[in-house]
Amino acid sequence: MDPSIAWLHPVWAFSLPIAASFPLGRLMARSLDVPGDRIGRGFDAIPMFLCRLIGKKTPARMDWKHYAFSLLTFNAALFVITFGLLYFQQSLPLNPDGKGSLATLGYKDAAGVQHDGADTAVIFNTVCSFVTNTNLQHYSGEQHLTYFSQLGSIVWLMFVTPAAGLCVMLATLRGLRGDKDMGDFHVDLMRGLTAVILPFCLILAVTLVGMGVPMTFHKAATATTVDGATTKVETQTIARGPVAALVAIKQAGTNGGGFFGPNSTHPFENPSPWSNLLSIFAIVALPMASIVMAGSMLRDRKHALVIYGVMLSLLVTGCVIAILAEVKPSAATAGLPVASGPNMEGTEVRFGPVAAATWASVTTATSSGSVNSMHDSLNPLAGLVPMAMMMLNVAFSGVGAGFENMLMYIIVAVFIAGLMVGRTPEYLGKKVEAKEVKLAMLALLVHPLLICAGAAIFAATGWKAFVANPGPHGFSEILYEFTSAAANNGSGFEGLADNNPPWNIATGIVLLLGRFPALIFPLAVAGFLSSKKRVPQTGGTLRTDNLTFAGMLLGTVILVGALSFMPAVVLGPVADQLAAVKP
Amino acid sequence: MSLDIDEIPTVGRTASEARGFKLQRRQTRKLNLFEPALVKMAARRSFVMLNPSVMARNPVMFLVEIGWFLTSIVVVQSIVNHANTGLIVYQSALSFLLLLTVLFANFAEALAEARGKAQADSLRQTRADTPALKLDSADALDGQTVSSTRLRSGDLVAIEAGQVIPADGEVVRGVASVDESAITGESAPVIREAGGDHSGVTGGTRVLSDRIVIRVTAEPGQSFLDKMIALVEGASRQKTPNEIALTIVLAAFSIIFLIVTASLYPMARYFDLTLDIPTLIALLVCLIPTTIGALLAAIGIAGMDRALAANIIAKSGKSVEVAGDIDTLLLDKTGTITIGNRRATQFVPLGGANPREVARLSGLASMADPTPEGKSILDLANRQSAVDGEAPQGSTFIEFTAQNRMSGVDLPDGSRIRKGAPDTLARYVQEQGGTIPEGYQANVDAIASGGATPLAVAEGNRILGVIKLEDILKPGISERFARLRQMGLRVVMVTGDNPLTAKAIAQQAGVDDFIAQATPEAKLAYIRKEQEGGKLVAMMGDGTNDAPALAQADIGVAMNSGTQAAKEAGNMVDLDSDPTKLIEVVEIGKQLLMTRGALTTFSIANDLAKYFAVIPALFIVTLPELKVIDLMGLATRGGAYSAILAAVIFNAIIIPMLIPIALKGVTYRPVGAGALLRRNLLWYGLGGVIAPFIGIKLIDVALDPLLALVGIA
Repeated sequence: MDPSIAWLHPVWAFSLPIAASFPLGRLMARSLDVPGDRIGRGFDAIPMFLCRLIGKKTPARMDWKHYAFSLLTFNAALFVITFGLLYFQQSLPLNPDGKGSLATLGYKDAAGVQHDGADTAVIFNTVCSFVTNTNLQHYSGEQHLTYFSQLGSIVWLMFVTPAAGLCVMLATLRGLRGDKDMGDFHVDLMRGLTAVILPFCLILAVTLVGMGVPMTFHKAATATTVDGATTKVETQTIARGPVAALVAIKQAGTNGGGFFGPNSTHPFENPSPWSNLLSIFAIVALPMASIVMAGSMLRDRKHALVIYGVMLSLLVTGCVIAILAEVKPSAATAGLPVASGPNMEGTEVRFGPVAAATWASVTTATSSGSVNSMHDSLNPLAGLVPMAMMMLNVAFSGVGAGFENMLMYIIVAVFIAGLMVGRTPEYLGKKVEAKEVKLAMLALLVHPLLICAGAAIFAATGWKAFVANPGPHGFSEILYEFTSAAANNGSGFEGLADNNPPWNIATGIVLLLGRFPALIFPLAVAGFLSSKKRVPQTGGTLRTDNLTFAGMLLGTVILVGALSFMPAVVLGPVADQLAAVKP
Repeated sequence: MSLDIDEIPTVGRTASEARGFKLQRRQTRKLNLFEPALVKMAARRSFVMLNPSVMARNPVMFLVEIGWFLTSIVVVQSIVNHANTGLIVYQSALSFLLLLTVLFANFAEALAEARGKAQADSLRQTRADTPALKLDSADALDGQTVSSTRLRSGDLVAIEAGQVIPADGEVVRGVASVDESAITGESAPVIREAGGDHSGVTGGTRVLSDRIVIRVTAEPGQSFLDKMIALVEGASRQKTPNEIALTIVLAAFSIIFLIVTASLYPMARYFDLTLDIPTLIALLVCLIPTTIGALLAAIGIAGMDRALAANIIAKSGKSVEVAGDIDTLLLDKTGTITIGNRRATQFVPLGGANPREVARLSGLASMADPTPEGKSILDLANRQSAVDGEAPQGSTFIEFTAQNRMSGVDLPDGSRIRKGAPDTLARYVQEQGGTIPEGYQANVDAIASGGATPLAVAEGNRILGVIKLEDILKPGISERFARLRQMGLRVVMVTGDNPLTAKAIAQQAGVDDFIAQATPEAKLAYIRKEQEGGKLVAMMGDGTNDAPALAQADIGVAMNSGTQAAKEAGNMVDLDSDPTKLIEVVEIGKQLLMTRGALTTFSIANDLAKYFAVIPALFIVTLPELKVIDLMGLATRGGAYSAILAAVIFNAIIIPMLIPIALKGVTYRPVGAGALLRRNLLWYGLGGVIAPFIGIKLIDVALDPLLALVGIA
């Protein structure tokens, strides 16, 4: 590929969503943050009509505890229902290929012995994964799920979980703004689904179908192979199904779980460079737009721009590093009599290494986790970028969840910077005190705890036998899996044999702990702040809407991230890279 | 131990000289940073503080102490197991360095406490036991002599000239001049009298003239000084809200690093490497924010000390902190914005009067006028050479009384000269059958609207002219207000003047707002209004009628000369009774918070370099390729002990090196929040990233040959 053209893909992949995020964000603010006199009028008539169907005439006025309780009960219900649906999928409709219960999947243990039969751990893992908007997949969709499971469990969760994240963000923003109540979770959920996510996905899905993505309820196609005589394979089964619907929400809702095991490397999910570009757009557009929405709702666009800028600079830096590392030849080919070129191992030839590296950074910066190349095969330093993005977990991240994560860093940055200007720290006119700081630090602490403790346990015990490679690369596989789970990302480093009870249970727990504290702590902080008296801004107030604060925030994110994860990263990808280039 | 309270000659000083001395005093009362006696005391105390129950108050340093304990156990184990000498030396060195880190932290706190104690001791000297003449009633002439320590609140005590006032109290009978130099360092005597706003007396000060009867207002051990001494000695020191929040941040960072280092051991097992436990503890101690953890208590105590050094008694540490958050300052016009009193600046002749004659007669009329205004009229007349200093023989001076409302002189030649308020004098002249000259009212109004006070002069039934009395702004006051505005403070001038005059002076001085014809109620209402808008207000007051406003204000500074009620209501007392002190109070508060923020940033920023030193050293055997990330190129002899020790040594010695900053505070400049943040980020953030790279490298260079000597190779 001509290198000068190769850069076009990432440039468009960034400029399109950035350009779209501003009008989109304002539109979101308008349709999601509906003032009292506009409730049920205009477009809002649709979500309010749906709310009436579930017996809710007017939005409730929830405080943060009530709101968090609604979120948790809703998610608990999702958990139970989805578990049931997957367990009994063989008896449910839309199963033309006659697939069995997901519990009968079976697994290989550390010694490589196959265990057939009932294993509910994989269902536990799958449900945790989709309830938390993560989509870490230890199963393979086209082989193990019925169409009903794909649509009724997977796609359904793909819609409601990003909407739930968005709801928490809405409530948080109302709290920060100083509203008396934080809104109504159920009404917010309805609005998020009908006003934002559904229309966005509808457009995406139709466009994807136009690009060649299948959308059908027919069973897998059977084709007669061209060279059947020589290969002894006369026929080939080609899996298909309602792919476009799933792919649209998979990208738009920072979900990432593919219809097919190979995810967006599969030509039915991602047929061409155009669909690749559209996918990247869809992955990052809503997370970006949600920050713009925050600016509108807080009536402080400059502050939102600071947050946006910090997130974007992290993402762009990561992307550039990944691309530069990925266009270098793989160290494995050094000295071999092959043409020297960019690293093509695990890369789709249809997209090439630049698009692969771009996607890898975007999908991990946001909490999407869909892949168009195998992250395991990236050059070690390029593989470090996805890991770093998930460790920081604030470069746009999940729909709604990204702002919640960043808020915790903002509180810490505001606290330290506030002291440095000689005042009791304030954020958006509210004093930041022990209670808020405690929750923010707790939220920041959970992330390294889940990743480091998880990786440590699996690295030191017999469970390390599940890795595919020896040395630092194998360690990277373990580290990546826990990072992906804790960041609710869902991408896999692959190589790792992760469908077995130890991994299913461990990552399942990490998924839950990575999701709910990260949503509820910021919500509580906003709840505490909302009841405080607003302090007027003076020349002595720390401003949170200028370049200085952007620098402070960026520094806090990088420093806290670097300090928390540097030893683990050094043992994994850094050692991997250094070992590879060893003379 | 010497406190260097300078001896100031007392007699014949003008107000400006007194201020000069005051500044000088504040300089000299400051102690040397490392006063040998205090250092010795603090060093001893740092060992006492190793007691775990004391250490547990500071989670970060407590963690280091536990680390030291564990390391020591490993050392003993190594000796018992006959490990190789190099390892034993290395582990012992680590153990010693961890102990040293804890001791340095204790030393910083103890030194700050010792300095506070020294300040307090100098004040306590005034608390010496003195005999007191206790009366049964205020009018009794004689009573019984008791020890001052046995005086209870409400007791009446008589004090004669030359005696020391035995306790804090309020004058109920008589008037006396009192020497308060023992507590304020200001040796000019002050007047204390019953009834007025200057009725408060402080125990330990000396009555110079006359006899007064006071009602004791403090229980033994409960006086202001006692409270403050307890506060600076740390006995009653409680953590302030900001300090609690910061402790949480530091503890959380410590937990994060505990997770990181603890998980490193099992992670290393993946590479079949067993990490040395003392080395991991060393890494942990390097990473947790020991620098700020060690200095946090010292910074808080030093803040109180600085307030004390400025002769301010804060009733709690919290109030010093709140001072930094103040948005609105209520400043009295007189003494703060303007120099004490009005001065005559111009004679305006009217009705064809000779200008020289107006000056001469005004001067003559003021010869016996003891008020500062009167003196300034005489001064001005003198400067215009209109009077020669003496009134003619046989002149009769008319004093200002509430009845005649004017003053003047009857000369032997029969002319009767009077001066007074323009309307009073106009009525006086008209009663005598005289007329008001043309332009009189216009001139009077012009002077008043310019912020000055008009005073009319008449001879007989003829008005000669008007004297312009002007408020003189303190030099540099408007620049000072401009700086305050940059700090984000609003300055409000409080004055008894009419709105017209007040407005003019407010404009000249550049204050943001003013309260004219201020009554205590008006002040209270203003404070409430500001607070409703979320602002924090500071004010200073002395009178009993100021008490509600002082109590309402977020920072109420009562003047020591003020009434007991005012002192009770405020949360600080200014021993100097200096109205400009409010500005200083705000700066001390801001400096306190800034120092905490800056050193926290420095402490965390340091960690980056320590990683680059310790991580390659940890894996030097199994993953030698990691040597590449050792940016400092540290020595790798043996187990790269030098690199690890260098990081730990840097971590320890940075604590005493930063004690001066902790105690003196980060320099505060009134430049606005943005500029302050940029400056502190540059110095303590970027500086904090770079400094350890240099420091650790230097220590490593020095250390490596030493290690070679003891056989680590």
